[in-house]
Amino acid sequence: MKFAVIVFPGSNCDVDMYHSIKDELGEEVEYVWHDTESLEGFDGILLPGGFSYGDYLRTGAIARFSKVMKEVVKAAEAGKPVLGVCNGFQILLEAGLLPGAMRRNESLSFICKPVELIVENNQTMFTAEYQPGESITIPVAHGEGNYYCDEEMLEKLRANNQIVFTYQQNPNGSLADIAGITNEKGNVLGMMPHPERAVDGLLGSADGLKLFQSIVKSWREAHVVNA
Amino acid sequence: MFKVKVYVTLRESVLDPQGKAVTQSLNSLNYQEVTDVRIGKYMELTIEKSERDLDEVINEICTKLLANPVIEDYRYEVEECVAQ
Repeated sequence: MKFAVIVFPGSNCDVDMYHSIKDELGEEVEYVWHDTESLEGFDGILLPGGFSYGDYLRTGAIARFSKVMKEVVKAAEAGKPVLGVCNGFQILLEAGLLPGAMRRNESLSFICKPVELIVENNQTMFTAEYQPGESITIPVAHGEGNYYCDEEMLEKLRANNQIVFTYQQNPNGSLADIAGITNEKGNVLGMMPHPERAVDGLLGSADGLKLFQSIVKSWREAHVVNA
Repeated sequence: MFKVKVYVTLRESVLDPQGKAVTQSLNSLNYQEVTDVRIGKYMELTIEKSERDLDEVINEICTKLLANPVIEDYRYEVEECVAQ
């Protein structure tokens, strides 16, 4: 399976993402610059964290209009797995690939620490390797992770099981303790915690690795004969 | 040539954590009469006359980029000015 790590000016988790795929997962991966006009040949798209365009105006607001985003939308429509972490999540929200928006953390502080998450839905291409309701530890690092959507949308997210990860102890004030959601189809996941920073016990946790393994497993089942 | 002043604020229904902190700070400075603060953004755009309707252009710019309609509202004022 071949992954693209999209790099925007100001991305800073791209190297961790690349390392997770190449060294920990053992799959193919390439950096893709934001003005690239084709994502042909890639099976999975990863939008890393950071501060694209300095977070000017709103987080993700400017990156969302990068040339490559048209291709990311196409990949999402084609059903390819698209994962946005932290700033990547914010970009997916601004692009309308996921519903809702981000506000400043309730505390107004930048929060950088390991947090405990609950796997609310393990029936997705991103979470099949986890147990339902499993408790996992993955670090967060953000100033704007206070997820918001209106009541009607929240009901929809719940009804479709789109809330994939929740915080056990909400660090940022996000609605319904939401840490990660998918689109309706289930092939686009946005999450504030950083699974790419939790892929080896040496880093304090390897709980993020199963997320990447889930993507590969689901892709193999669909694309590789006798997988 | 037009100078367009755009104000972007969080929607009434959306909690504003910055505004809340500033309200608390003002209250602690003994301004008890302040019951709410909403923090927003102010932008000045200089726009040249074109064939397109100005209001249409501004509304398009605001909904596309300057404001996020999921959580923000915007309003604007237009002043005609002489080119420098």
